[in-house]
Amino acid sequence: MIAVEHLVKRYGDLVAVQDLSFTVEEGRIWGLLGPNAAGKTTTMRILTGFLPASEGKASVGGFDVFEKAETVKRILGYLPENPPLYPDQTVTEYLGFVADLKKVPSGKKKDAVARAVKATGLESVKGRLIKNISRGYKQRVGLAQALVHDPKVLILDEPTIGLDPAQIREIRGLIQSLRGERTIILSTHILAEVTQTCDGVVIINEGRLKASGSLAALTASVEHKDGVALKLRRSADEAAAALVMIPGVEKAVREDDGIRVEWKPGADLREEVTRLVVEKGFGLLEMRPITMNIEDLYLKIVSGGVEQ
Amino acid sequence: MKSVWIIAKKELRAYFTSPIAYVVMTVFLVLTGFFFYSLVWWFNSQSMQAAQNPYYAQQMNINQMVFGPLFNNMSIILLLVLPLLTMRLFAEEKKIGTEELLMTSPVGVGQIILGKFLASLLVVAAMLALTAIPAIFTFLYGNPETAPILNGYLGLFLMAAAFLAVGLFFSSLTENQIVAAVLTFGALLLFWVLNWASGSASGFWKSILNYVSFFQHFDNATQGILDTTDLIYYASFAFFGLFLTHSVIQSRRWR
Repeated sequence: MIAVEHLVKRYGDLVAVQDLSFTVEEGRIWGLLGPNAAGKTTTMRILTGFLPASEGKASVGGFDVFEKAETVKRILGYLPENPPLYPDQTVTEYLGFVADLKKVPSGKKKDAVARAVKATGLESVKGRLIKNISRGYKQRVGLAQALVHDPKVLILDEPTIGLDPAQIREIRGLIQSLRGERTIILSTHILAEVTQTCDGVVIINEGRLKASGSLAALTASVEHKDGVALKLRRSADEAAAALVMIPGVEKAVREDDGIRVEWKPGADLREEVTRLVVEKGFGLLEMRPITMNIEDLYLKIVSGGVEQ
Repeated sequence: MKSVWIIAKKELRAYFTSPIAYVVMTVFLVLTGFFFYSLVWWFNSQSMQAAQNPYYAQQMNINQMVFGPLFNNMSIILLLVLPLLTMRLFAEEKKIGTEELLMTSPVGVGQIILGKFLASLLVVAAMLALTAIPAIFTFLYGNPETAPILNGYLGLFLMAAAFLAVGLFFSSLTENQIVAAVLTFGALLLFWVLNWASGSASGFWKSILNYVSFFQHFDNATQGILDTTDLIYYASFAFFGLFLTHSVIQSRRWR
């Protein structure tokens, strides 16, 4: 549905996107993940036809975003980082204007606006001026704007930025509810967003592709360890020395105020570890599993660890 | 064409939901009204004197003595107030980020520019139409010729179109409305007085300076003369302004 091939974007001497390629299949929610200034917004602006690419190709729904710009713009909904709102219009007025802009037939305009208002939960503020509604509602109006012409593809640039935790949850829920018939790309620098809403992820840094694929595949691709973190009342050093003697344990080191015990993925030595600690009387206070979490994975990838 | 109207409608609504259109129209109408009143008053007192002198009475012409100077004054007020009508058209879209909405919609840059131009043109048309109300009284109490007055209005309208196109161009250059207005005003004033420099020039340059200046072309209109040269001048000026706006917006995306 969305294909990017060897995309390059230069602003003068600055290279914002360097040889970026990825594809997103129809009906999927894909995250574009990267630190600030990684080239996420530039990539999205090229996909939406707002900026032309310096080199390479991008297509949406099989149409080249440059050569068939108008067709692409019709099937695409876009929420820029700052929702593009006119403060002096009411919500309904604004959505009506956007529907006109996106060439929704005038007979269907009213329904289209009503549907977008309902989908984004804007009923209570639809008659109010946009400048008088809260940040969270403004973000929703931005989303409603992207949805009003019922696009097949949605491109959302940092859809939850600047919202409070409750609003972030609502917006994520909203994006989830759009799953299925639409292909969605959302950019973010927040990991939780990807793990909670996306099927797959494209990780970029400094304009370069670092990794892409489904979340499970990516996690599996990184060398990682299983293990437990222990918190003991007594003799931590002695305990560490004893733990490392358990067959299968690769490492047992002091860490912060506890001990980190690691073993090969797949092996489960929790029972053995507990038995040893209890038998020796180290005073077990806490035991929790450590797995390679998405955050470690992300940091590892961004710092250049993984190439696929 | 429908897209042009969609943009124009939105801009018209923006003009009238904010104070801009009301302020610009009020200032223009108050000043025009004042000039009209003074000119009529002066014409009136001249008529009194002329009543004692049959030869002088024949020279009395309300078209030349009231409407000519009035159109001249109106053109200068337009020069002062029209930059305020165009300053926000593109500058604001850029500032609040709605440019991204417009540019990612299936609407061409040309249609967006024409829509905005059309909206400002309609405001000016309404403004000029309102000044016709006092002019009606001269028909009730006198017998001015209609054609020169209509020509004067047409000249004003075309000149306003050229002013608006220049304003749109400067609005597309910046995201600061004040900067857009000041640049527009400066450029218009420069074009207005360019023929002053023609005194020191000669031959080819003299004719170029005279041709490019607004002043020279509007002089005919105040006399009630409509010359095709002037029509072409205003139309090409407006076209050139819109063309430059288009180039600016397109080129910014390629940088």
